[in-house]
Amino acid sequence: MIEIENLSKSFKTDGGTFYALKDVSLTINDGDIYGVIGMSGAGKSTLVRCINMLERPTEGTVKIDGVDIGKLSKKELCSKRRKISMIFQGFNLLMQRTCLKNICFPMELAGVKKADAKKKALELLETVGLPDKANAYPAQLSGGQQQRIAIARALATNPEVLLCDEATSALDPKTTHAILDLILNINKKLGITVVIITHQMSVVEEVCNRVAILDEGVVVEEGEVEKVFSNPKSNAAKRLVFPESSKSEEVTNVGGFRKLRVAFNGAKATATPLIAQMAIDENVSASILAASTKSIGEKVYGNMILGVEDDDIVVAKAKKYLTKDKDITVQEVSENA
Amino acid sequence: MLERAFSSEAVTEAFEILKNEFPLAIWETVYVTVLATLFAIILGLPLGVLLVVGEKDGVLPIPKPIMRILNIVINLLRSVPFLILMIMVFPLTRLIVGTAVGTTASIVPLVIAAFPFVARLVESSLREIDPRTIEMAQSMGASPMQIIIKVMIPESVPSLISNFTIAVTTILGYTAMSGIIGGGGLGKIAINYGYYRYKYLVMLLAVILLIILVQIFQSVGTKLSVKTDKRIRNKE
Repeated sequence: MIEIENLSKSFKTDGGTFYALKDVSLTINDGDIYGVIGMSGAGKSTLVRCINMLERPTEGTVKIDGVDIGKLSKKELCSKRRKISMIFQGFNLLMQRTCLKNICFPMELAGVKKADAKKKALELLETVGLPDKANAYPAQLSGGQQQRIAIARALATNPEVLLCDEATSALDPKTTHAILDLILNINKKLGITVVIITHQMSVVEEVCNRVAILDEGVVVEEGEVEKVFSNPKSNAAKRLVFPESSKSEEVTNVGGFRKLRVAFNGAKATATPLIAQMAIDENVSASILAASTKSIGEKVYGNMILGVEDDDIVVAKAKKYLTKDKDITVQEVSENA
Repeated sequence: MLERAFSSEAVTEAFEILKNEFPLAIWETVYVTVLATLFAIILGLPLGVLLVVGEKDGVLPIPKPIMRILNIVINLLRSVPFLILMIMVFPLTRLIVGTAVGTTASIVPLVIAAFPFVARLVESSLREIDPRTIEMAQSMGASPMQIIIKVMIPESVPSLISNFTIAVTTILGYTAMSGIIGGGGLGKIAINYGYYRYKYLVMLLAVILLIILVQIFQSVGTKLSVKTDKRIRNKE
């Protein structure tokens, strides 16, 4: 279990003190895949570096399984770090070493016997799906393959925690998916706690069970992914969850329509074509003027703006029909909204 | 004058000297250059490492005053002209070699002149390493010594080789100057015959041989640097 308590990190700059993190408290349970999401500059990278003390926090503590790692001696910290592996956006492989030697690297540091290290490294190459790349150099691999080698290297010391610092940000969507799959697998099979730092919503949605949203060094929301994303309260969270919704408010004013804002708060709408069904059942035809919805699990979250005929009866019918699902709320939007 | 320099007697004499004295001179030049470079690297490599790791944000910070002194000493040694330096280090040379003149004795001033230069070259090589690579090693619990030995130096080998090649060719140039204090080699021949006895043809031959040596050292160094660099894709 990782307990981060009242963590602050400030840097002295010419313009005064800059707070990268302000009073951050989080608890990451064993076996979690914990996402920390935020825009660039929100302090995510600083937060993750405080977990293994690559950055010393200005205030607050980080405890791993009850041990305050800020208080460890240099030597103790070195051996603790072997249990907290990290992978990076830029992979950070040793370019002058073969893949096999790269994977052996952390074992070399820990003083593992060469033959044992090699055996383990070959196994890990198998785990990450690149058994044929043992003698290749990193420069000969694609980005996704390099990250796989980096993951294998991170696993070499049998860590308890895997920190991923924007580990998929340099990869294309397909490769991202494959790498996340691998991370999920590792989490399931080896029971390693994973902390994922990212600015990509899709990453958190795909693999994380818990999430913290970081904005300007402050945790603005925290909890189970479904709950946080279904009902984002803070502005920062809303920006992340519905990046387009601010734009969708500026719907062009089409004459002769009344606008209805339909909010989905976890409705099981994916299975039924709701708007089309309404046209059949109630004979109300609506045009979708704007929509920003997301499916999380099997449920739909988000907003949709419908344009319906300018007629009180029609509007009432539509409202009644749509609100049959208790997870949908409908509100009429005034012309100037 | 040119006529005299290339007269048939001059040519015969020059080839006589080429046959009798040049083999030894070439050997002396190579021997002095290689040994001086070796010692310069032995002193300069750790110093160069220190210049990088000892910084405030380095992996092994050293108190600032010490860093400052190191930098001043290096710059000082590098600013003394080699001709003057050779004479200035006479006492030290006598202490180490037993004499201040001769081929072996010329190695001492060469090393003194070259090691600060090598330290700067090493410094620039090590600075090319991505700081994120070092952060990676730290995140895996590497000690400062492990970072130096297992990450910084191995990762900059190609760059180090190409910088050491620069050092070799520079030292080769300096060996020619050491002819003045009785250091042997091609430089001595060029000075003794060309400068003191106006035998320009001999001087020209010595210079041509020096050029050839520089070319050889440089191309071997460049090849080696490229060959060791695993960042270059699909080399095979």
